[in-house]
Amino acid sequence: MEAKNFPAVDMEIRKWGAKPESLIQVLHGTQEALGYLPKEVLVYISEKLNIPLSKVYGVVTFYNFFKLTKDADHVIMTCMGTACYVKGGEAVLNALCEKLGIKPNEITKDGKFAVRIVRCLGCCGLAPAIAVDGKDIYGKLTPEKAIEILERYM
Amino acid sequence: MKIYRIHALICAGAQCLAAGGNGFEDALKEELKKHDLTEEVNIVETGCMGSCQLGPLMVVYPEGVIYTKVKPDDAKEIVEEHFLKGRPVKRLLWKQEEKQFPTLNDVPFFAKQTKIVLRNCGIINPEDITEYIAQGGYEALAKAITEMTREDVIKVVKDSGLRGRGGAGFPTGLKWELAYKQNSDTKYIICNADEGDPGAYMDRSVLEGDPHSVLEGMAIAGYAVGAQKGYIYIRAEYPLAIKRLEIAIKQARASGLLGKNILGTNFSFDIELRMGAGAFVCGEETALINSIEGKRGEPRKKPPFPVEKGVFGKPTVINNVETLANIPVIIEKGASFFRKFGTEKSPGTKVFALAGKVNITGLVEVPLGTSLRTIVFDIGGGIPEGHTFKAAQTGGPSGGVIPAEHLDVPMDYENLPQLGTIMGSGGLIIMDETSCMVDVAKFFLKFTVDESCGKCTPCREGTRQMLNILEKITTGNGTMEDLDRLERLGNIIKLTSLCGLGQTAPNPVLSTLRYFRDEYIAHIKDKRCPSNVCSMKGEKNERKVLNRRLA
Repeated sequence: MEAKNFPAVDMEIRKWGAKPESLIQVLHGTQEALGYLPKEVLVYISEKLNIPLSKVYGVVTFYNFFKLTKDADHVIMTCMGTACYVKGGEAVLNALCEKLGIKPNEITKDGKFAVRIVRCLGCCGLAPAIAVDGKDIYGKLTPEKAIEILERYM
Repeated sequence: MKIYRIHALICAGAQCLAAGGNGFEDALKEELKKHDLTEEVNIVETGCMGSCQLGPLMVVYPEGVIYTKVKPDDAKEIVEEHFLKGRPVKRLLWKQEEKQFPTLNDVPFFAKQTKIVLRNCGIINPEDITEYIAQGGYEALAKAITEMTREDVIKVVKDSGLRGRGGAGFPTGLKWELAYKQNSDTKYIICNADEGDPGAYMDRSVLEGDPHSVLEGMAIAGYAVGAQKGYIYIRAEYPLAIKRLEIAIKQARASGLLGKNILGTNFSFDIELRMGAGAFVCGEETALINSIEGKRGEPRKKPPFPVEKGVFGKPTVINNVETLANIPVIIEKGASFFRKFGTEKSPGTKVFALAGKVNITGLVEVPLGTSLRTIVFDIGGGIPEGHTFKAAQTGGPSGGVIPAEHLDVPMDYENLPQLGTIMGSGGLIIMDETSCMVDVAKFFLKFTVDESCGKCTPCREGTRQMLNILEKITTGNGTMEDLDRLERLGNIIKLTSLCGLGQTAPNPVLSTLRYFRDEYIAHIKDKRCPSNVCSMKGEKNERKVLNRRLA
C-alpha cells in the first residue's frame, strides 16, 4: 500500500527517534494530534519505524488507551475503582447511560457523548467521581448531580 | 531572599483542584491585591496534603492554621479577618465530632502520622527545584557521589532494611547489589509509576507533590549499580504528575543535578519519561520492560530476572516510586535513623490511600507495624455515623480482606500474608455492613478478567471460570459445590500462572471465602444477599440501585 504523508506523525518520529522502541510514544503523540489512529496512519508508522503492520496493530489493540475509530465529542469516564464502587459509582453510571440512551462504553448516535468505565481516577477522596474529556473531574456525585453535570455539556 | 509575613499553602493536588482549588486561589489573589498585601503574603501551590475529602485545603503559616473546603467566596473573609487582623476564620477550620482543631498539629489525622516519604508533600512547591533544595534536597545525592563508594551506598540501603513498596516487599539493597554485580557497561534504573490498583494513589501524590525526591532516589540508584540512564514508566491517566515530572527533570538538568558529570564528578545520569497506555498488567515488571521497548505489555518468564537481563537485554533495577522516595532520607540520615521506624523485619513507614466507608479519606503515612485500628479509627476518624466496620481491603485486585476480629493486626510484610492478604502498594478500602463481600470479590475478579493479558491459560481462562461461578452465586443460582470449585480453581491459578497478576488474582475470592463464607452460603442456600447488594432471583434491579443510594 502506498502511504500518504502525515506531518503530525513525522514530528513524533523526529522527537522519539525512528526505532522500534518508539512505537508506543509515537502512537500517543499521533492520537493526541488526530484524535484517533486511522488505518493509513498505522501503515505509515509501520513503514517509518520498520515494524510489521501486524505488530503495530497488536500493540494498538493491546492497550486500552489507543482508539481505532473516531471518539465522541465528549467522553465521560465513570470511575469504577474500589472506593467509587463501594460509594455508589454504579448508580451514577446507570443514570448517565439511561439519560443518554446508551450502554457503558458505547457512543451516542449523534457522536456527541460516550460513557466509559475506568478503573480508578485516583480521586478516591471524592468518590464517586467522573472525569469529562479527561480533564474536568467531578466528585462526591449522586445520580442527580451527575445528570446536572452532563446537561452542562449538552 | 524576600521575607513574607504570611505563607499561605494551597493544595494543588489533583483532588483539591477537582474540588475547585483554582477558583479559590484566583479569588484569594484578587483580595490580596485589593488590600495591597501581595508583598506580605506568599501564596505557595503545594502537592497533596493528604486529607483529600475535605479539599480544597489551605494551610496558613507561621501558625499552621488549616482551612478546609474553601470556596472563592471565603477569600474575602480570610484576608480581612485572618491576614489583616490575625483572627482565624473559625467556620472554615477542621471540625471533627463537634470539636474544632485550629492548627495542623492539633488535628489527629495529621498528628498521628509519621512522614518520611511524604516529607515535602503539601509543604513545598513541586514546580520549583529551589524549594526542594531548601528542604535539604539533593544533599543525599551529593553525599553519595562525593563521599561514598558505590559499595557504601548499597551497604547503607541493605542495612536500612528497606523493602520494595510496590507490593512484594523484596529487599531493595539486595536488588541493587545483584544489579551492581552484573558485568555490563550499560545498565538501567526504572521507576515503576504504573500505579494501577483501583483505590490507590500514593505514588501519584508523591510524583505530583515532590517529584525531585524520586529523581534523586533514581540518581543515587544509578550511581550505586553503575547505570547511566533511567526511565520513569508512568500511567497516561496521570497528566498532572507527568507535567510536574517534566518540569522537575528540566530543572534538575539545568542545575547540573541530572545529565553529564553531575556536580563536577565523573558520574553521569539522565532520566526520561515513558508513558503507559492503559494496561494494568504493565505494572508487572517484565511486562513493563516489554512496554518500554514499544511492545505489547505481556510478561516474560523469570528467570532471567530484570537485574540480569532487563530492558533492551541489559541489567535493570526496577523500583517503585515510594521505594525511591525513601532513598534520599536513608542516605542522608543513615540506616539506623530509618530503622527507628517500623518493625525489625519491616522498617520504615508506608503510605496508605485510605478510602471507602471511613470518615476522613486521604493519604496516610504511618510506621510499618501500625495497627489497622489506629489507621481506621484514630487517623481516619472511624466509620460514618450509624454504620459499623466490616472489613478492610488491602492490596487491590491482588489482595484480600481483613475482618473486624483482626483490627489489631500490625500492618507489615509479615502479618498480612498470614491473614491471607498482602500489603500491596497501599490501597486501603474500608467497608461497612452495606458492602457485600461476594460482590466485592466479584468486582475484583471482573477487574482481573478485563486486565488479564491473555498470554497464559490459567489466568486467562481460570479467572473467567471463577467469575462465572460468582455470577451464578450472586444471582441466586449457586450450589454448595461451587464453593469448593472456587477454592480448587483459585489455588490452581495461583500455582500455575506466569506472572504476579495471575498468581494473586484469586486472592480476593479466597480471602472472602475464608472470613465471610457465611455470606456466600446465604446467597446459595437462602437465595438472599445479607447486605442487599446483589439482585437475587425475583428481586428487581431497582431495589439494588435504591439501596446503593441510601448507603
